Amino acid sequence: MNNQNTKPLLETKDLCKYFKVSRGMLHAVDNVNLKIFPGKTLGVVGESGCGKSTLGRTILRLLEPTSGEIIFEGKNIENYNKSMMKKTRQDMQMIFQDPYSSIDPRMTVEDIIAEYMIINRTYSNRGEIYKRVSQLMDTVGLAKRLKDAYPHELDGGRRQRIGVARALSLNPKFIVCDEPVSALDVSIQAQILNLLMDLQESLSLTYMFVTHNLSVVKHISDDIMVMYLGQCVERAPSDELFTNPMHPYTKALLSAIPVPKLSMRNKEIETIKGEVTSPINPKPGCRFAARCQFVCDVCREKSPRLVDYGNSHFAACFMIESMRNGNKVI
Amino acid sequence: MTNNLLRIKDLSVIYKTDLETVYAINGVSLSLNKGETLGLVGETGAGKTTLALSLLRLLPERTSKITCGEIMFKDKNILEMSAEEVRSIRGAQIAMIFQDPMTALNPVLTIGQQIGEAIELHSEDTNKEKIEKRVEEVLSLVGIEPVRKKDYPHQFSGGMKQRVVIAMALACEPDLIVADEPTTALDVTIQAQVLKMMRDLRDRLGTAMIMITHDLGIVAQICDNVAVMYAGNIVESGTAEDIFEGDEHHPYTIGLFNSIPDLENKTSRLKPIPGLMPDPTEIPIGCSFAPRCVHCMEICKTGKPTQYVNGSHSIVCNLFAEGGAK
Repeated sequence: MNNQNTKPLLETKDLCKYFKVSRGMLHAVDNVNLKIFPGKTLGVVGESGCGKSTLGRTILRLLEPTSGEIIFEGKNIENYNKSMMKKTRQDMQMIFQDPYSSIDPRMTVEDIIAEYMIINRTYSNRGEIYKRVSQLMDTVGLAKRLKDAYPHELDGGRRQRIGVARALSLNPKFIVCDEPVSALDVSIQAQILNLLMDLQESLSLTYMFVTHNLSVVKHISDDIMVMYLGQCVERAPSDELFTNPMHPYTKALLSAIPVPKLSMRNKEIETIKGEVTSPINPKPGCRFAARCQFVCDVCREKSPRLVDYGNSHFAACFMIESMRNGNKVI
Repeated sequence: MTNNLLRIKDLSVIYKTDLETVYAINGVSLSLNKGETLGLVGETGAGKTTLALSLLRLLPERTSKITCGEIMFKDKNILEMSAEEVRSIRGAQIAMIFQDPMTALNPVLTIGQQIGEAIELHSEDTNKEKIEKRVEEVLSLVGIEPVRKKDYPHQFSGGMKQRVVIAMALACEPDLIVADEPTTALDVTIQAQVLKMMRDLRDRLGTAMIMITHDLGIVAQICDNVAVMYAGNIVESGTAEDIFEGDEHHPYTIGLFNSIPDLENKTSRLKPIPGLMPDPTEIPIGCSFAPRCVHCMEICKTGKPTQYVNGSHSIVCNLFAEGGAK
């Protein structure tokens, strides 16, 4: 909200990504609009299969968008050709979910971190590249003695540090972190989260942080976007979302977090009945309707739009809309 | 003593290969009464799953060895039983819920067949109709429509598959259920459903449960007693009140709590535990947590730490020993 005058670093307009499957079109990402401002973190949360990772990949054009616009630093990048995209991608990097499968087991730590710089010819000679590698290893907290180690010799936390060093190697402005801590133990997870936040401060990075862990997302994000079946159902500044969730799905999601406090032991959890409906050829209407306890007729006929409720708080639900307007539908 | 269901005394387990010996569990003692739920917390590699597997004698035969200790279940030592005796307990009196519902089920059998298998093996009455009826009963118990018993695992979603696995564990009405991270593979909303169901079932059937998890939030919601494991040892144990609201804690437990991002307070930085868990092939001579501990003293590096007991609360740490620098 304090960024009304600055331009967003990344913006998407009605971004869609559909996959063709035998039964029709799978709507993985459907009409997502988002803005991420420089130096900020947007957290994207939702259940597995709601399209969080696909959204991250589509923004980097690792997957081709079906329709919509991706605007990075004021330029439309969805029509860039391969070589232009390669250049742009130096500014937008990704940290992958699984530190076990996202790095080549047959390369040494040093070579893994150097690879992007060799491909992009960032430096003219190998000496400089490896000097930069050793700098990067320092930055992410990897001991120098590990430079000739192979990934299998390292634990998950250290492997994820390689992933971070590799993403940083080209001095990007924007990093998509796709569940970077979900494969790690809590104590190691905290180390990596601290590292990411320190780096953001010192290198003024912008993150899009994809995760299903709500306490992590609250900790690291400035803004949070809640996704449900490919659509953004609510978007708000982090504190605002946790203190004042509007969409019924967000409410249920927040109440489902197990809190490590005994006082919360007998809290009645608002469990959502039923399971996610199929994203293949979805019918018009609110996609949460089948599980929503406030569902009414209009929800099954029309798709709700994201509406601004002040404080940069957006939500897509007819219920809230009608309550705000005073004319109750139900 | 009549109330006691399970008592583990000084259990040690190693995995031995030609190259190295892994000390997975180093002298663990714990006990569980009927109808109680024990939460076993710890990071990956702390030995939680090994402990669960040794309870059911499911450890890999060639590489693992139980070096000492005893596991008393209903006053009989499981470790001294014959294979046949163990088989009659496994599934019937102690059942296990495995971590990953996607791989715990057989993809080529219908779920009805898989649940029926356990009942067929453990009940004297092998009347087909009765078994089918029992299958339908347990399925509706976990909230799956009985008509779905003819479906194959791939026709179910993750949460539903976990319910099937739970139904299998419940089929023979065991006295003890060992749940090895039953909800890690699930989303929070589904996790909440499964936990709620497990809590209801426990209250209704009075089954004792060992809940293995690394999520302290789950422990707070469902467990009566908690044991914190680190590098094959139980470093702290007590009632849930002791662990969550007590004043004295093992430094590792404190570190574990500080590592979780707090939902209520906005902190700019987390306070993780520095360093990593020791390599289980080379457990330190003294306290296994000593290399990462901020309160580490000379005495911690040379000998095993002493146990400090305060009522139901027990902490294995020199900080609390008499004359210690508390």
